[in-house]
Amino acid sequence: MKARVYVMLKNGVLDPQGEAVRHALGSLGFDGVEGVRQGKVIELDLAEGTTEATVTEMCEKLLANTVIESYRVELS
Amino acid sequence: MKAAVIVFPGSNCDRDLAVAFERAGADVTMVWHKDSTLPAGVDIVGVPGGFSYGDYLRCGAIAANSPICKAVVKHAEAGGYAMGICNGFQILTETGLLPGALRRNAGLKYICRTVGLQVATSDSAFTSAYAKGDTIDIPIAHHDGNYFADDETLARLQGDDRVAFTYAENPNGSVADIAGVLSANRRVLGMMPHPERAADAGHGGTDGTAMFSALMEQVVTA
Repeated sequence: MKARVYVMLKNGVLDPQGEAVRHALGSLGFDGVEGVRQGKVIELDLAEGTTEATVTEMCEKLLANTVIESYRVELS
Repeated sequence: MKAAVIVFPGSNCDRDLAVAFERAGADVTMVWHKDSTLPAGVDIVGVPGGFSYGDYLRCGAIAANSPICKAVVKHAEAGGYAMGICNGFQILTETGLLPGALRRNAGLKYICRTVGLQVATSDSAFTSAYAKGDTIDIPIAHHDGNYFADDETLARLQGDDRVAFTYAENPNGSVADIAGVLSANRRVLGMMPHPERAADAGHGGTDGTAMFSALMEQVVTA
């Protein structure tokens, strides 16, 4: 089984990289991009039967820094 | 004073930090990241700058979960002294010993230059040789030094006089110009600037020397 973990900076935490991407899109002529947030996706290959609770624990302990980041887990 | 300097794969300020401790008169042991215990009788642990584990995942995240860091956390929780500089600061926030987190610099650029730091408190073993309000010149060299703490944490840090240093001119977007913070018991310091790089006339400045000599006095007599 696989899990996909999406890690994003929390709302309210300034994302300077996202801002730089927004400016770059603007200078390419893409109008109307009002905000860009950049995060990361982590794909995990897991033993069958691994629970969502275990993946959540992985996020809390290592994959995300919950001081500044939020995360979302998708199992498939 | 017995000091231990942790060496991670990718540390690059470990020897500079060791020299700064030695110059102050400390007995220094280098400790490899795979060790799970600190040498007996260590008074202070130095977590040096660099790019531990290639900064993979997040700066300091992998190092914070290394065997030696568990020993460093235990040491600090038992009232031991620790100082994390640059990547060391990032590591100490990742372990939870210090509050907040370090984000990418607001200007997105790696910044390497000497900056003015204001001493925000002299009430710690690290800063007792300075007077509150002193400005000292210390080099910074980082890409992810943009300190963040939520409003509640920030109010607690300021209310408890736990901000150690602020930037005279904020180079990286840090909240409240914060360059360094102290733990609740004031025995753990994290700071992005490099005092060990301002500890010899050949460095072009010696404003960092007082931090190590003060530690030597305070920690020995503690």
